[in-house]
Amino acid sequence: MPITRSDPPVRRRINRAPSPLLAHSLPWLTILLGSLVPGWLLIASAPVLPPVGFLLFIAWRQLRPGLLPIWSGLPLGLFDDLYSGQPFGSAVLLWSLAAIVLEFVEARVPWRNFLTEWLLAIGLIVTYIVLCLGLNNLAGAGAPLRIILPQIVISILSYPLVGRFVAVVDRIRLTPIVVLR
Amino acid sequence: MAPPANRRSGFSRRAQYSTFLSYTAGVVGVVVGLGLVVTSLARPEAFAGVRSVATDATEPVGQATAAGRSYGRDVFASVAGFFTSGREHARLKRELAEAKVRLVEAQAIEAENRRLKRLLALKDAEPDAVAFARLTRSTSASSRRFAIVDAGRDEGVTKGMPVRSATGLVGRILEVGATSARVLLITDTESLVPVRRATDGVPAFAQGHGDGTIRVRLINLGINPLKKGDVMVSSGSGGLYRPGTPMAVVTEILRDGAIARVLSNPSNTDFVMVEPVWGPSEPPPSAKPDDDEGD
Repeated sequence: MPITRSDPPVRRRINRAPSPLLAHSLPWLTILLGSLVPGWLLIASAPVLPPVGFLLFIAWRQLRPGLLPIWSGLPLGLFDDLYSGQPFGSAVLLWSLAAIVLEFVEARVPWRNFLTEWLLAIGLIVTYIVLCLGLNNLAGAGAPLRIILPQIVISILSYPLVGRFVAVVDRIRLTPIVVLR
Repeated sequence: MAPPANRRSGFSRRAQYSTFLSYTAGVVGVVVGLGLVVTSLARPEAFAGVRSVATDATEPVGQATAAGRSYGRDVFASVAGFFTSGREHARLKRELAEAKVRLVEAQAIEAENRRLKRLLALKDAEPDAVAFARLTRSTSASSRRFAIVDAGRDEGVTKGMPVRSATGLVGRILEVGATSARVLLITDTESLVPVRRATDGVPAFAQGHGDGTIRVRLINLGINPLKKGDVMVSSGSGGLYRPGTPMAVVTEILRDGAIARVLSNPSNTDFVMVEPVWGPSEPPPSAKPDDDEGD
């Protein structure tokens, strides 16, 4: 259930409150880690792993609209570009665009369910992967469209899992651990 | 699902400005991204320094995960080996018997080779490796095929050096950092390696196909002499890659070439060797120097 920053569902046990540091840093940290992890998992001969950083970025914005500011695509994208192998700046551009699109859709379509969120994410993911290939080809790679088909399928199917992961991290984020005086 | 709380700014000036500013910041992100993309398209090496520093920073974690990867592979291999050990054992015994005979033959050939080389006063030009390193990470979520090795300027790695594993060519160094270097794998669509057939030297180019295979393009058009199972090795023409490095096995014949499978699958290699850039030595003086101007 999307809830804005102004009214988080704080599970306030007696004399306990969530740590503000954890609550604000965890979304950023998970996305940064998501940009790094696919590279470590295997030395791939073809694009096979989903762009985990981007999936986490969408999932966080869908679960908690407004938690990550619209401009968050700039710093997070810069970090992703350092490791993704894409032409530098492609993630900054595409993540910022995705954030703006999500913001618009959220304002126009307030009532949502699992399916509509997944469909919107599918649209964004497919566009993102295709545009990444397009930018690579502009840089001279000349790769055909068919090589990204497996990656698109894997990314679409793994998005609900990423969403579950984000939900778990969100619970950890808002666990009341700081003792109030 | 309930809509999120009302985020309409209403008549509040402050709320209106903050909404406007957040959208403006988003658009600034797009503009910055566009600028960076245009810069990197115009000058691909512009951000190499930043990337190298970033890769150096995550190198220790990369080494740890590389060790973890190889351990995980060993576990799978052990489990698989448990089920097939009997059959494998019998096959290995048979192959060992054959190999012993072959070894004796090879020793004889080697001795003869040495003798002939001494006759021609040729020296063995086997260069030492520049560095032995691990492949620590790759761009597995991108359509480009880059990998990172954990050896950089500190071990004398420079741009352009070929990288190979025990089983074959892996790629070449593209960017060098202090303790790590970026490798362009041979499966990348921008990688082009001059090759020849191992048996008779039919010349060709091997270009990455993007999906893990290699596209072999023959230089001589006409009847396609390639057959399934042919091994392509680097030919060394134009320098850079040392001739004779095994590279790919032909799996599918096309009209003007073939699709080949890479011999050294980078996901199965623990360690790779960074070799010095190979430069062809001076061409031997031609038999008739007078004819040089004629052709």
